[in-house]
Amino acid sequence: MKPAPFEYHAPVSLEQALELKAQSGEDAKLLAGGQSLVPAMNFRVVQPGVLIDLNRVSELSYIREEKKAIRVGAMARERHLEFDPVIEKRAPLLHEAVPFIAHPQIRNRGTIGGSLVHADPAAELPVLMLALNARMKAKNISRERWIEAKDFFVGMFTTALEPDEILVEIEIPFMPPRAGWSFMEVAPRAGDYALMGVAAQVTLDEAGKCKEARLVYLNAGEGPLEAREATQLLEGEPPNDILIEETAALASEKEINPFGNVHASAEFQRHLAKVLTKRTLQQAIQRAGELQ
Amino acid sequence: MTQPISITLTVNEQEYTREVEPRMLLSDFLRHELGLTGTHVGCEHGVCGACTILFDGESMRSCLIFAVQADGHAITTVEGLAKDKDNLHPLQQSFWEAHGLQCGYCTPGILMSMIPFLKQNPDPTEEEIRHALSGNLCRCTGYQHIVDAVKLASEKMK
Repeated sequence: MKPAPFEYHAPVSLEQALELKAQSGEDAKLLAGGQSLVPAMNFRVVQPGVLIDLNRVSELSYIREEKKAIRVGAMARERHLEFDPVIEKRAPLLHEAVPFIAHPQIRNRGTIGGSLVHADPAAELPVLMLALNARMKAKNISRERWIEAKDFFVGMFTTALEPDEILVEIEIPFMPPRAGWSFMEVAPRAGDYALMGVAAQVTLDEAGKCKEARLVYLNAGEGPLEAREATQLLEGEPPNDILIEETAALASEKEINPFGNVHASAEFQRHLAKVLTKRTLQQAIQRAGELQ
Repeated sequence: MTQPISITLTVNEQEYTREVEPRMLLSDFLRHELGLTGTHVGCEHGVCGACTILFDGESMRSCLIFAVQADGHAITTVEGLAKDKDNLHPLQQSFWEAHGLQCGYCTPGILMSMIPFLKQNPDPTEEEIRHALSGNLCRCTGYQHIVDAVKLASEKMK
């Protein structure tokens, strides 16, 4: 179980990396933290002819507070997200959820950009980016463009990136005023792939009615899955237990599409989604109220 | 450039320069090129934790890093813990005293995970210890004595 041979490049600038990517085309893989790519290479499921290692491109590793958003470099490690004070203050949903990603030994190496580009439907970060309304900056050798999270994840392990593009930056808007958040998942053991997980963020208006609610699920379909119909039940209404129950029922029974696996049937995944939706909504609404 | 590349790195405070093929995993480099067989290889896909080492002081899976990526970096393996043959690190001594291992296959990875954990959390609860151990699989002990050993180590290392 050793990787197949490949040509190795370790650029030290983004410009060099973009040039290498343009030259080597689809046969080249970018190596970020390698916590998903290297296992796939060890199994020889993936056999890139060229490997472009981004770990020496230090200009891609940062977390910056701007006026209304956080800017995160694609090579920022998950461990840095976990302990960053700006993220704790401005995107508490992300702060709460990062410790659920695998184990510290993985988070020490794994990067935000690597996880987003890998687009595993069971991963936490794609779900969080969708819940937080983040957008991704992609660059190739001649231009750059922004892609909204809802357009970025296009399917199982598939994103909207073109073969010559590199994800360079993620922009995460600050949590709005009067908003509350919650992230919960169920995994057989801490750090395992979760059987089901939910990210919730709820914003109240001045009268205490629900202004905006977001519910995004992991392991519930081909990619991070947002329950849009269900949250519309809440929006414009003062939240109460009956509405929360109806929202959880609609999301878990109609909107998500879990496949089931050896650890959990699809039916059990739906059950978990229903319970977790209720709990995350209750916690998010409570937190939104406390911050009012 | 599938040809060997020259790398220079520090392992347990000793500098090494070697030629390596880019596809060589750091775990295999440590074992086969440097003869440091204390780093064990279990699953080779980042799940079991047996190959955990410190990379610039942070615990990582050496089976998920290529040796070429360690060029210019500092690695610590389980061989770097004890001062000499007669003086075990207090964490190792605690595993000895509390019977924190049976076959010992998972032990080096557990030790290398617990070093930064105890630095960050010098007085952990049992629950925190169990959580910190979740990234290392042991198939013999049922973990009870490992938890005891880590608790004992936290007391010794105060």
